Amino acid sequence: MKPGLRRLLLVAAPGLALVLWALAGAVLFGAALPPDQRAGLGAALAPALHGSGAILFGWWLAGAALAGWLAVRLHARHVRAPARLADAARLLADNADAPLLQADAPGAPAALAEAVNRLAGQRQTLRTDMARLVAEAQQKVAQERDQLGALMAELRQSVVVCNLDGRILLYNDHARGLFHRVSGGQPIAGGAELIGLGRSIHAVIDRALIDHARETVDRHIARGDMAVSAQFVTTTPSGSLLHVVLAPVRPQGGAPDAISGYVLLLDDITRDYAAQSRRDRSLTELTEASRASLANMQAALDMLDYPDLEPAERDGFHAIVRDEVAAMGQRLAAMTADASQEILTRWPLQEMLGDDLLAAAAQHVLAQTGRVAKVENADGELWLRLDSFSLIQALGALAESLSGPQGMPSLTLRLAPAATPGWAHLDLVWPLDPAAPPAGASGCAQAVTRDIAERHGGELWLEQDRPAGLSFLRFLLPTAEAGPEAAALEARPEFYDFDLFAASDSSRSLDDQPLERLAYTVFDTETTGLNPGQGDEIIQIGAVRILNGKLLGGERFDQLVDPGREIPPESIPYHGIRPEMVRGQPRIAEVLPAFHAYASDTVLVGHNVAFDMRFLQMKEAATGLRFDQPVLDTLLLASIAQPHEPSHSLEAIAARLGVEITHRHNAAGDALVTAQVFLRLLPLLGARGIVTLGQARAEAEHSYYARLRY
Amino acid sequence: MTDRVLIADDEPNIVVSLSFMLKREGYEVLVAPDGTQALAMIRGERPRLVLLDAAMPGMTGFEVCEAVRADPDLSGIRIMMLTAKGRDTDIARGMGAGADAYVTKPFSTRDLIVRIREMLA
Repeated sequence: MKPGLRRLLLVAAPGLALVLWALAGAVLFGAALPPDQRAGLGAALAPALHGSGAILFGWWLAGAALAGWLAVRLHARHVRAPARLADAARLLADNADAPLLQADAPGAPAALAEAVNRLAGQRQTLRTDMARLVAEAQQKVAQERDQLGALMAELRQSVVVCNLDGRILLYNDHARGLFHRVSGGQPIAGGAELIGLGRSIHAVIDRALIDHARETVDRHIARGDMAVSAQFVTTTPSGSLLHVVLAPVRPQGGAPDAISGYVLLLDDITRDYAAQSRRDRSLTELTEASRASLANMQAALDMLDYPDLEPAERDGFHAIVRDEVAAMGQRLAAMTADASQEILTRWPLQEMLGDDLLAAAAQHVLAQTGRVAKVENADGELWLRLDSFSLIQALGALAESLSGPQGMPSLTLRLAPAATPGWAHLDLVWPLDPAAPPAGASGCAQAVTRDIAERHGGELWLEQDRPAGLSFLRFLLPTAEAGPEAAALEARPEFYDFDLFAASDSSRSLDDQPLERLAYTVFDTETTGLNPGQGDEIIQIGAVRILNGKLLGGERFDQLVDPGREIPPESIPYHGIRPEMVRGQPRIAEVLPAFHAYASDTVLVGHNVAFDMRFLQMKEAATGLRFDQPVLDTLLLASIAQPHEPSHSLEAIAARLGVEITHRHNAAGDALVTAQVFLRLLPLLGARGIVTLGQARAEAEHSYYARLRY
Repeated sequence: MTDRVLIADDEPNIVVSLSFMLKREGYEVLVAPDGTQALAMIRGERPRLVLLDAAMPGMTGFEVCEAVRADPDLSGIRIMMLTAKGRDTDIARGMGAGADAYVTKPFSTRDLIVRIREMLA
């Protein structure tokens, strides 16, 4: 019923009721009279009604108006005001930021409103407190995670943390370097195709081995052992040996068997193992060869004891002894020449840039002697394998011992490659003083430092360069081929995602999963042209990963590809890739397997991705690699999220969503922009009720652009 | 009839001394420079005793020993391993393969000849 009509009824109803009541009274009264009296009354009243009926009508009208006014007032106060209060209270219950209740009449509604407002106020306070507590807790957790992340990044050991499904939720840069090396060192994607957040560790370590180690851990736990880790050694496809320690992640104070994941500590023992095997083998060979030689000599000597030998026989046995002595000598010489370094260097040495060593040593010498030592380095690229701490301590002690009656001589620290390949000279140089031979410089200081030199498999001696008027103590130190894996990473890569602890391989199909919880590979390709069917080829693949709604900047895929054909000059403005840039780059047959591994177990995302997919599908027959995972297109998604916008080019969407474009028309740059666009599209899609992958795919198929094209 | 002894060793320096000694002791001496020839000679010449080096080119001494023991026709042949492999595991392997004696180099030729006489007695 319309409000106007209802109001009219409300006003008229008391008047109507009054007239009905009066009429009913009159009818009742009339009906009670005998018929002759009723007729008489009617005859008597009719003229009076005729004459003064207006007064009666006016009286009724006044009464009706008064009653109508009263009814409206009563209705407003006892029906409409409480209903309004109830509406406002409901609003307040649903939304804490709604305005407080205001009673427009004093009395009971006002008191009710006040009571509700007080409740709302208390709720608001509680909510603010909760929000503050949650924010504080989150900040603390974030801080701890950052600390852990920083710690992991600095650890020299390779660490990977997985959840129970084997999904990686934390790793450090060393682990990435390790997997990169043991994967055969293909220079594609820097190991990101093997190790990454949310990826399965089983791609690199056999599931059965990990399961076996976990069973061992479970047995330890069941027995109540203190140490519950398990270890195993595994080989990789490239033939490397990995030593793995597996330790469970257990909640503090929780049930002892409630394991939420496990930590893997990995060590590439290939080199150590090979060195040890070589050592063992050469030792065994030497022993056996020596036994044989000794046997030959002994037998020959025994024969020489026979008194009745012919001279020729005697000479023969003598020759055998001489021959064997010579052979033993040669074996020993060969053995010392080639294995001495391996046999001696068992002290853990680290790799260090020569410049860094000199700077640290000069600083220590300054602190120790108060003398600024000059620093000379013949080769700035020289890397050393050393125990830097004890070496620097030794240099400080040696410098201190040079102090003579004239005080501290001027000092120079000099580093140069030695004549023997694989070795370098580190010299502590001071002016030669003919009057005071530096006897004190050697002696006891040297006895300690000699150990340190030998720890490096090297040597230490005192040398004098008379023409130059210099004395120096010379350390012979082993060089390293190059520094440890240079961590050339930009910004702070995401090496951890603890949300995965909670994640579990769900039995639900991908289509039922929320878009926010999925892993994506957002990619873009650059090509020589638009027609893969007519020989156009991929010349660059760029991709980034998205996991749990976060962009993983540290796990990028960025690879130029040699197309095996010329790059049309007219296409160069579009991608900026000149022929010389792809020369020496891997061919698509090498890159595609790496990209396939990188994209495995993820949803592919691209802008106008059908174009890129056509190029990938053209290669399916040749490489046997099928990209059959679900695919999402940001072009289609944008047209669904923002149907009234005129343009859905990547630039236009990025500009609308506030994504900055840095390297347009570079596969990696475009992939990054597409990923950011995709992440900002997700909430817009959610507002339209598109939450799961299945919904997104269904909507995309029905979108305007999809219908336009297919 | 004189007993026939086969010396199977790839090192001439020991073969010279051993064959000199064994001939003086009155044995008929055969020499094989590697495992394959040693096995062929064992089958062809049927020596009573084989002095077998473990580490030889072709078949190793262990393999020759196993082959001889696997052949019922060659059951009477005594085998003495004479070898520079002196680890416990090597000795276990030699005895497991069926050698009658395992002598680690170096050895005294006087002791050796005593043992040979005992084995052929």
